[in-house]
Amino acid sequence: MQAFLQQVIFGIQLGSLYALIALGYTLVYGVLRLINFAHGDVFMVGAVVCYYACTRWLPFRNLEAYPDAALANVGLALGVLLLAMAVCAVLGMAIERFAYRPLRNGLQTVDAHFWGMVAALPVAIGAPLPGLPVRAVVWLALGVVFGFLLRPVVSRLARRTVRSSSRLNALITAIGVSFVLEYGGLLVFGADPNFVPTVVPERTFEIPGGIRVGTPQMAILCISLLLMAMLRWIVLHTRRGKAMRAIAFDIEAAKLMGINTDSVIAFTFALGGALAGAGGALVAALTHVKITPLFGLLPGIKAFVAAVLGGPGSIPGAVLGGLLMGLAEAFVAGSQFSAYRDAIAFCILIILLLARPTGLLGQPVTEKV
Amino acid sequence: MNSKRLTRVSGVALAIVACTLVGCKSVKSGATAKPSEIVVGEYASLTGTTATFGTSTHRGVQMAIDDANAAGGVNGVPLRLVTEDDASKPDVARTVVTRLITQDKVIAVLGEVASTRSMAAAPVCEQYKVPMITPSSTNPEVTRKGEYIFRVCFTDDFQAAVVAHFAADQGYKRAAIFKDIKNDYSVAFAANFAAELKKLGGQIVAEQVFQEGDTDFKAQLTSLKAANPDAVLVPGYYSEVGTIARQAREVGLTVPLLGGDGWDSPRLIPGAGGPGGALEGCFFSNHYFSTELKEKATQDFIAAFRKRYSTSPDALAALGYDAARLLVDAMKRCPKLDAKSLRDAIASTKDFPGVTGKITLDMNRNARKAALILQVKGDRFTVFRSYTPEQIGQ
Repeated sequence: MQAFLQQVIFGIQLGSLYALIALGYTLVYGVLRLINFAHGDVFMVGAVVCYYACTRWLPFRNLEAYPDAALANVGLALGVLLLAMAVCAVLGMAIERFAYRPLRNGLQTVDAHFWGMVAALPVAIGAPLPGLPVRAVVWLALGVVFGFLLRPVVSRLARRTVRSSSRLNALITAIGVSFVLEYGGLLVFGADPNFVPTVVPERTFEIPGGIRVGTPQMAILCISLLLMAMLRWIVLHTRRGKAMRAIAFDIEAAKLMGINTDSVIAFTFALGGALAGAGGALVAALTHVKITPLFGLLPGIKAFVAAVLGGPGSIPGAVLGGLLMGLAEAFVAGSQFSAYRDAIAFCILIILLLARPTGLLGQPVTEKV
Repeated sequence: MNSKRLTRVSGVALAIVACTLVGCKSVKSGATAKPSEIVVGEYASLTGTTATFGTSTHRGVQMAIDDANAAGGVNGVPLRLVTEDDASKPDVARTVVTRLITQDKVIAVLGEVASTRSMAAAPVCEQYKVPMITPSSTNPEVTRKGEYIFRVCFTDDFQAAVVAHFAADQGYKRAAIFKDIKNDYSVAFAANFAAELKKLGGQIVAEQVFQEGDTDFKAQLTSLKAANPDAVLVPGYYSEVGTIARQAREVGLTVPLLGGDGWDSPRLIPGAGGPGGALEGCFFSNHYFSTELKEKATQDFIAAFRKRYSTSPDALAALGYDAARLLVDAMKRCPKLDAKSLRDAIASTKDFPGVTGKITLDMNRNARKAALILQVKGDRFTVFRSYTPEQIGQ
């Protein structure tokens, strides 16, 4: 019984993280019917931002040397969380604007400047320059120059590209974006594993019955629940949320009703990115796993499965799917069959999908003929 | 127009023929006269995922070659080291070793640290009959690739047996195992450890697995804790061990963790929460090299290395140094510098005084050497004790 309850606690903690990432998949799927495979890598970027913020950017004090710095560090840690969320929200929007929107609406001349900046990035990183500020200035300058050079090419291409509604193109682009983030990360962050030091005091409580609960687990759970509640409020009670629901229902009709679909879609990506960024920062700072640029791969896939399990497009479904995945993993990993952990989780998925093809809480869609 | 083109083509053809002839001539003269230099090849992971492994080894190798040249080379002929980077990738290792042999015409090849890359390049060396010495690949399969492949370190079988003997000697009769199911090194280490510990009267009370890339180990660790072991073997790489240790302490599993040379990295302790963190007091087996060892040869090497690179050498640098020096020693004993006699000279190495212990190559081209048990203390690894092959009955 004690072991059972203990695994339930681990499962819920793991599941709340999967749910955070799964929400990003499900939001985007809801509005665009697109599986955003780059989402797991946005989660990775959140972890990387957390690493840099905790070790370089913010003045964290070593807890062993300054025990009274605990409160200040907790404040800074909340700052890190917000920073990771902001960076990932912007990243999510950038991915949508420059990778998916051109596929939807056709290429525009402005896109040249984005690709100019991208092209200048390896040059700025590879060149022997002193210090980060100089590098940033060189990158910006080169990026602007490259952008203007690319303009004629892009405007020529733009005349040829056709607006495509093919979902396959978007899916392949998503995989491409995922590779760009992973291998771009290798370039910037290196392949060596890095660890976030302990920045907030951690304690483990033993509650009656011999069950152990750590402050990191409680923090992960509370912050995830809070963020999910905020998301629910945004989707159900704001104008933007209403617009999102309208687009999910019928994007063409939403356009006819005067909804600026592009800006709402960008907002959706920002929301998903912020949730993934929060998840990445929580994992990096509180579970102390190694951070590498390929670190988003496995959690990303599992969260995707969670989203499918719950029913793609359904927000409560993503949360439910995430929790189920987390619990299934914890129970299998804690049993004699830990080698088959992922296999069993995926078997559950297959069986559930056979019984309910639209996922646990997905709405069945009747195709109009 | 046409005739013009013809002259041009024939001109180019003539030039090519002339170049080939000149080339032939120079090769011929080189073969008859005494060689002006001996070219030794090295392939190492200077960039990529295990860049620190390659850089460290290369420093040791370069130092050994420079020392040999300062002492007059091999019978008066200087050595030249050609180093190729394999970017931590097995397929690149195969390519660069082929280039070393076919284009740089090296007489012998030194490398690699990672067994997967040594195993990728070994068949190439075997095919061209060029001796290859790996400084620190511990997988038993590496030297089974052929007659021309040698190593100057112990194998994983031996290492796992050492850890099992250590566990028995410490009184850890009830051991648990937590291994990386996707890593050959980890799985084989765990199997050998379990077999040896059972022979010594101990038992494996629980076994759980993880995968590289997992973020949460607490579920498995909790079930290990329920079996109430005396110690837990975690034969993984340093990148996972720190996290596992932290989460083990979090779920209340406080017994010592045991490991192998995969733990040996400056990143191990930061990963476990810094000095005095979750790994404090844990043990792992490593090659017979530590800055704490008082042997004169070892201390001289450490002093020279610090002077040259202003940093302390690790076991990989010492093994690189030993591999290169053993090769030079074999060349000196060689009557005629060709591949066959060099191979035989290396194979007959006996009691070579290396900085990582005396090296004797057995009939399977592996080194019989002692191993150290290191303990994590503060921000460093201190020598706890050592085991010779005889002590564990091998």
